[in-house]
Amino acid sequence: MLGRIDRGEVRIIGVDGMDSDEDERQLLPLSQRPEWSDVTPVPQNDGPNPVVPIAYSEEFTEIMGYFRAVYLADERSLRALHLTAEAINFNAGNYTVWQFRRLILEALNADLHEELGFVEQHASKNSKNYQLWHHRRWLVEKMGTEAAVGELEFTKKIFLNDAKNYHAWSHRQWVLQNLGGWEDELAYCNELLEDDIFNNSAWNQRYFVITSHPGLGGIEATLDSEVNYTIKSILIKPENESPWRYLRGLYKNNMQSFVTNPKISTLCLNVLTSKVNPVFALSLLLDLISNGFEPNKDLKNAIEAVIPESNSQNSDISVTICAILEIIDQMRVNYWRWRKNNLHSQVAEGVANLHIH
Amino acid sequence: MEHLRINGAYWGLTTLDILGKLAAVDQETVISWVMSCQHESGGFGGNEGHDPHLLYTLSAIQILALFNKIDTLDIEKVSNYISTLQNEDGSFSGDKWGEIDTRFSYVAICSLALLKQLDKINVEKAVKYIVSCKNLDGGFGCTPGAESHAGQIFCCIGALAITGCLHYVDKDLLGWWLCERQVKSGGLNGRPEKLPDVCYSWWVLSSLIVIDRVHWIDKEKLVKFILNCQDKENGGISDRPDDAVDVFHTYFGVAGLSLLEYPGLKAIDPAYALPVDVINRIFLH
Repeated sequence: MLGRIDRGEVRIIGVDGMDSDEDERQLLPLSQRPEWSDVTPVPQNDGPNPVVPIAYSEEFTEIMGYFRAVYLADERSLRALHLTAEAINFNAGNYTVWQFRRLILEALNADLHEELGFVEQHASKNSKNYQLWHHRRWLVEKMGTEAAVGELEFTKKIFLNDAKNYHAWSHRQWVLQNLGGWEDELAYCNELLEDDIFNNSAWNQRYFVITSHPGLGGIEATLDSEVNYTIKSILIKPENESPWRYLRGLYKNNMQSFVTNPKISTLCLNVLTSKVNPVFALSLLLDLISNGFEPNKDLKNAIEAVIPESNSQNSDISVTICAILEIIDQMRVNYWRWRKNNLHSQVAEGVANLHIH
Repeated sequence: MEHLRINGAYWGLTTLDILGKLAAVDQETVISWVMSCQHESGGFGGNEGHDPHLLYTLSAIQILALFNKIDTLDIEKVSNYISTLQNEDGSFSGDKWGEIDTRFSYVAICSLALLKQLDKINVEKAVKYIVSCKNLDGGFGCTPGAESHAGQIFCCIGALAITGCLHYVDKDLLGWWLCERQVKSGGLNGRPEKLPDVCYSWWVLSSLIVIDRVHWIDKEKLVKFILNCQDKENGGISDRPDDAVDVFHTYFGVAGLSLLEYPGLKAIDPAYALPVDVINRIFLH
């Protein structure tokens, strides 16, 4: 009823090995279950005056008592496996339980597909649990390339509930790098960004794909299409931090191209004239100008129009930009002041007298 | 949470020390319990009877440091345990099961530095691995290519600071990314477009201090945010206003306030995450 020995492999019936009779017995305290009558639970050794004492429930205390018994006896049996499942139900963060479960799975030569199912059962409640993700990784490492598609699907499911889950992204990147499956990844990033253009994890994944996907040709080959995509995204939500950073990242080692690409300055002009949050556009212009870019009259007018009183005597537009940013991004006033001081230009009286009405 | 009790003890005890109340705890009891968490391999588990792991090993060392009892340890044994967890590429696994994460690089380096045993590992390779996790925004992730995250950044910056390798950091670029974590409420988030959380008051703040850019955030607003996360009736601090408190967020809130020089708190070292007088006691002997 718990399993059968078939060519040396123990098949677990059902994900946690329980059939309906077992379900009823599972509700009984362990001390009342006949199959555990030979085991004496081992209490936690807290000492006479516990440090940071924790209030455990009776059920939990009992399960952990039995777990300690099998752990100390190093009993790698099927009933021990089921016990670890119960312990994990109570506390999925208990890494010692997960580790012992792995030892048992190995000893029993268990079906790892079933175990993937076990992890999936716990994934929605514990999607940010390090132990769960590590266990999954261990399983997949053992299974190899055949697991790739399943893992990409699994992480997609997690992203349906939380598209920024850091563990899931780490797992997905590992799967891609070690098991492949790159073909649809950029398209998937597009999907996620359509759902939420602010998803920084998806923007990060974009960069990961264009730099690591063996078939794409790296940043050089994808630069134009990525720049176009990013500019479009910025225009949809100019207050979105991620694509602005992404744009900079695309030109990281290529400042010359960045400065001379007319699309970039046109983008900034568009954002400034559309009267949306101009902080990122101004900050990008500052970077461009610091690298030799010379804004034309339209751009200068658009910059000065952000705060009309900024139209000072100072002919250095980058100083003006800093002055504006000190006002409209007040939380980071010290940063913008520092930028200004590093422009190696003189601070004109007009800027010093700048104030907002 | 019994499996990470030793982390809980570190958070609670360090908070007490920052508040000047460490004497409220019975030192002997704590130390003997901490030592009971040590495994035969030399590493420490999260609680008595648990498997060893780097995360709990650091907490054990930090707790002993608070009480000036690092000499309770068999330093050779603990250092050896830690050093065996370094991989070929310089990264560190959390334990023998092999999970790799820059968190573990920090933990290993911080532990060994406190024990004055950094020469037990290949520091150059360790640094190289950390630097390989640097992203285009100047931040760091858990592994190469992973998204920049304030928690991971703290770990990488802390490790680079301890090993004297901050020259690998683009301080201006990272400083800007970090100061962009401050949102309207004055709180800090850990990644773009995420909610603020008190724990980032530590991770973002300590990173900014290590790279000398803390003046780029609005300190006053952050202090207000942290104070608003208190439960004024029952004590303690939560992740954001009106949520339930826990010792984790209480520690990070108090530590953050200490970094912000809130009156009445002991100074805390941003890289070692221990009171400055504890660090001085270890290194200025």
